[in-house]
Order: sequence, then C-alpha cells, then structure tokens
Amino acid sequence: MLLEIENLRTQYRTKKGTIKAVDGVSFSIREREVFGLVGESGCGKSTLVKTIMRLLPSSSLVSAEKLTYKGTDLLSAPDKDFRERILWKQISLVPQSAMNCLNPVYRVVDQIIEAIEAHSDRNMEKKEAFERVEKLFDIVGLERRLLKSFPHEFSGGMRQRAMIAMALALDPSLIIMDEPTTGLDVLVQDRILRRLTEMRNEIEASILLITHDISVIAQMCDRIGVMYAGRLMECADVFDLFNQPYHPYTLGLKNAFPNIRAMDQSLISIPGSPPDLIDEIQGCIFEARCPFSIPDCGEARPEEKQVNKGHFAACIRTEAVERFRTLAGEKATWQSSKSIN
Amino acid sequence: MVLKTLRAIGEFLLEQYRIIKVHKMGSFGSIVILFFFLVACLAPLIAPHDPWEYLYDENGKIATTESPSLKYPLGTTLMGRDVLSQIIYGTRTTVMIGLVSGLISIVIGAGIGLFSGYYGGTLDEVLMRLTDIIYGMPFLPFIIVLISLFGRNIWFVIIAIVCIVWRTSARVVRAQTLSIRQRQFVQVARARGCSDLRIIFRHIMPNILPLLLLYTAFNIAWSILAEAGASFLGFGDPDQLSWGGMLYDLWISGKTRSAWWWFISPSICIILLVSALVFVSRAYEEVANPRLKER
Repeated sequence: MLLEIENLRTQYRTKKGTIKAVDGVSFSIREREVFGLVGESGCGKSTLVKTIMRLLPSSSLVSAEKLTYKGTDLLSAPDKDFRERILWKQISLVPQSAMNCLNPVYRVVDQIIEAIEAHSDRNMEKKEAFERVEKLFDIVGLERRLLKSFPHEFSGGMRQRAMIAMALALDPSLIIMDEPTTGLDVLVQDRILRRLTEMRNEIEASILLITHDISVIAQMCDRIGVMYAGRLMECADVFDLFNQPYHPYTLGLKNAFPNIRAMDQSLISIPGSPPDLIDEIQGCIFEARCPFSIPDCGEARPEEKQVNKGHFAACIRTEAVERFRTLAGEKATWQSSKSIN
Repeated sequence: MVLKTLRAIGEFLLEQYRIIKVHKMGSFGSIVILFFFLVACLAPLIAPHDPWEYLYDENGKIATTESPSLKYPLGTTLMGRDVLSQIIYGTRTTVMIGLVSGLISIVIGAGIGLFSGYYGGTLDEVLMRLTDIIYGMPFLPFIIVLISLFGRNIWFVIIAIVCIVWRTSARVVRAQTLSIRQRQFVQVARARGCSDLRIIFRHIMPNILPLLLLYTAFNIAWSILAEAGASFLGFGDPDQLSWGGMLYDLWISGKTRSAWWWFISPSICIILLVSALVFVSRAYEEVANPRLKER
C-alpha cells in the first residue's frame, strides 16, 4: 500500500460552529494505481487533498486513525522533514485550475528547474536540470521550443501540461490531480486525458485523481471512491462501480450523466442539496435526499460494509439493491416526496 | 562572476530605460536625475570655487551679495561665497541623503509590508499598528526632538527621515502582498515545499517589483523634500552644504527680498529634482498599473 487513510477527519473551526469537511474517510491507494475520487462541489475532495499535502489554514483540525505513506506517518512527521523529504519528492500535486498556478514573472522552464533544484539532494548542474525539463516536456506532449516562454504565452491546455510536467519533475510515487481538466474545453480535455493515460506506461507513479466529472474517472481510473458531504459512500473497482453500484447516491450520480447508449433518456437529478456540514447528523448523511430511506437510516451512521470483493458501500439497505437499480432509472422515484420501500 | 554581475546590472538598467523611454515626462525626469547625479559625483572638478571660500572683489573687499555676472554666474552670498559652487556641492548632500534614506526606507517598508502581508495574524496586527503610530507622527516636530537630543548631524537627519518615510511603502506593499498571497502559484509553491522566505522573496516580491520601483522613486523624492525642509528650519548638519541649508543661510541673512539669485537657484534645483523623481515614478506607475496608460 502506498497511501493508507483510515477514519480521517478534517474540521474547520468557524464562528458559527465546526464544519466537518472530511468526516471519517478511509481508503488506500496501491502502487501504480489510479484512484479516482468523485463527488459534487463542496463534498470535501479538495480538503482531503489539502490535508494530505498539509496546505490547510491554521483554523483547521485534523485527526485520523491512520494516515501513512509507504509506512511513514504523515500526521506526526515534523514540518521541515515533511517539506524536504515528502512534499513534491514523494507526493506532488497538480492543483485545481492549474492554469493559474504558474508564476507570471518567471519563464516556465525556470519554474520547473526551481522545483527540481529546491529538492535534489546533490547539486544538480543547471544543464542537467534543463535536460530533465526537456524530457518532461516530451512526456506531457509540449514542444521543446516552448521551454523558454512565459506562462502568459501559453494556452490553458499548455499551462495545464506544464503543471503536470512540474508535478512529474522529481519522479514522485504519488501524484495528486485535483480537477486536472476542469475549465478546459472538451477537445483539450480529451487530449490531456489521453496523454495521461499514455503516461501511465512511462512513469511509475500512482495517481489520486479528484474530479466531479464521472466520465473522466471512467476513462482513467482503476478504482473509484464516491464522496458525499465529507463521507465516503462507496468504493470499488471501476467496472464494479459502474455496472453494479450499491449505494443510492451512486445510482443518482450515474443518472445525472448522459449515457451514450441511451441518448433519448433525459437526465435525472437528485432533488435537494447537500446538508449543512455544521449540523450534527446522527445517521446516514444522504438520508434526507435518499428515495429509499427508512426510519432506521436516521438512527446510526451506516458502516462501510463489503458487498463484493473489494467493493464497499456505506448503506444499510444493500440487500434490496437489485430493486433500487431498476427504480433509480425512473424519474418518478427521485421526484416523489414519500420514500419507496 | 564580476562580469556576470555587471552584465546583469547592465540588463537591468537597459530594461529600466526601455520602460521609461516611452514616457516623455519620464525620460525628461531621468535626464534631470542623471544630470544631478553626475554633478554630485564630479563636484570637485566642476565647481569654480571652494564653496566655503570668501571671495574678494578688485578693491580687496569681500564680494558680498553680488548679483550674477560672468565672474560669478549665480552671484554670491552675504559672506562672499559663490552660489554656483555651493549649489554644486549642495547637490552631493541632497543626492546622498535622498538615495540613502530613500533606499533604506524602501527596504524597511517593503520588508515590513511583505512579512506583515504574508504571515498575517498577530505579526500583521503588531506591524500595522506600528505603521499607524508612525502615521500619526508629524515629521518636523519629530526631527526637532531627535536633533535636539543628539545634535545636528547628517546621520540623525537620515535616521529621522527613514523613520517617517517607510510608512507609506509598508502599507502599499502589504496590501499588494495580501492579494498576491492568495494567488494560486503561491499555493503551489507551498505545496512544492518552498520555505516561507523563499516564497516571499522568490515568488511574491518579483510580482510587486514595479510597485517597489515606483515607491523607491517616491521615497527618494520625499526624503529630499524632508531634508530641504529640515535644513531650511535650521535642523540640518551645519558642516554639510545643502540646498535647504542655503535657503536657511539666506533667511537668517535677511536678504530674502534683495538677493533673488541666492533665493531662486536652490529653490529651482529642489523643484527640478523632486519633480523629475515624480515624473519617473509616474512612468513606473503605468507599468505597475496599466490602466493609467493613455490609449
């Protein structure tokens, strides 16, 4: 296991109360695996990234039963150690809206060289670092003649590639990509995703891919975690999750995306909005919006139980899932106010 | 190594020239500044007389308050000293005080602004309240107290000027830092494991460089004005000739109304140099804030 997370909680203290942005999330990432994390906006995906990378503001509170990277505890590692030995060298990041992540006053090549020089143990010759950047540009599919350009001379997609090149600079074993294709048009998005897929054969890193776009996940990932309101709802192999989803939220999420084989079907959205994360919620966090909820759902937080090999779902009604799957395809199921049993 | 540094400096100056030359007033200002800078450097070579020397006319009398003539192009003072030579030597003091206090104050102001804006919290609170206190301090009473405590010395004048002038740059730099700090690339630099100092000086500071140059010019202009004001009131260093000091001499000689040459030449020099600095800073301001640019 490369990264192991068990019962991770990240909370923000505010004047109104404590926001439980990440509330007891557990999953792990294996070597050379692409793990996808989906969820709607505000479900805690980015907070999870910031927790792993230690980029949280000081008003936040982190606790976990386990948060280890290759066996070293990330929570207790001293700041300096973490910064020098783990950040970027082991775990790197392609941040959200990566197009704005380059410093406008430096040439792109110099910024990547800076990342290399800041972390390499020995004094790397400038020429050597430059050659490394040339190689990185090849990997992400940028032309070498662009090396000495400034970020404003790049298009959005090129900047995105440059950020990916920067993330690859030190051969990390885990790359976290936070919404790597958001804000790009579909063609560029496709090209970058294809490049990323090809890259998987060239580099030996695991990727934690975070997105709200389920089609991106379907294209890239080996395993998927579905997050909702700070909790992990379901976690499974990509085929299992798409063919046999167990959690009602996943069923709803699948409905909200167009299906190429059933073009005439109109999309069905889940009514309502996610709960306020300040509120103390006893039971299942999806209960209020779930068409299949029963009184028991509000009693206690459902455990993540194994429904299949390597397939976990946090729902107490998984035994009736066959019926849910058929019902979930109908609009009336989601729109009726009374629950279906 | 030396060659490399020289080339870097040359490139920097060339870049500055490129910025300024498109701006008419800016190029005029930079010529004036360059002129005064050369005068200051070459003072002993170009001054026709020793500025402290008593000059005598043909009759062997002290040439007191003589109006401009071929012999004394800017006339003489009450004590029979050459006004032109005094102006030339006064340039040295003025340029020196302007540069030294202008540069020290921008370093202090930018430093306080950067740290305050970057770290925020208690440090920001403390530093900004300190700035507020300095804002409440009137310059002249402050310098009067300082001089009467330590004596009339050029270094105390510089200290007094620096103590006051940094305040504006600190506030402006802090405001800009606050906005740059939130930009994505700073977040990324942090994710990359850059230390705080590296982020401040390698990532944030280059982004506010035009602003820093602008305020360097402002601070120099302010320092020159402050020095002239203090010297005119008699709080300058008596051993240093300066333009403000010349006006002070004129004032106590009681010849203000009659010796116009003695009065006009230092005044024009002060106005010329300070406005030249302001013109140059305007040129930089357009770089820092392109919205001001004429279309």
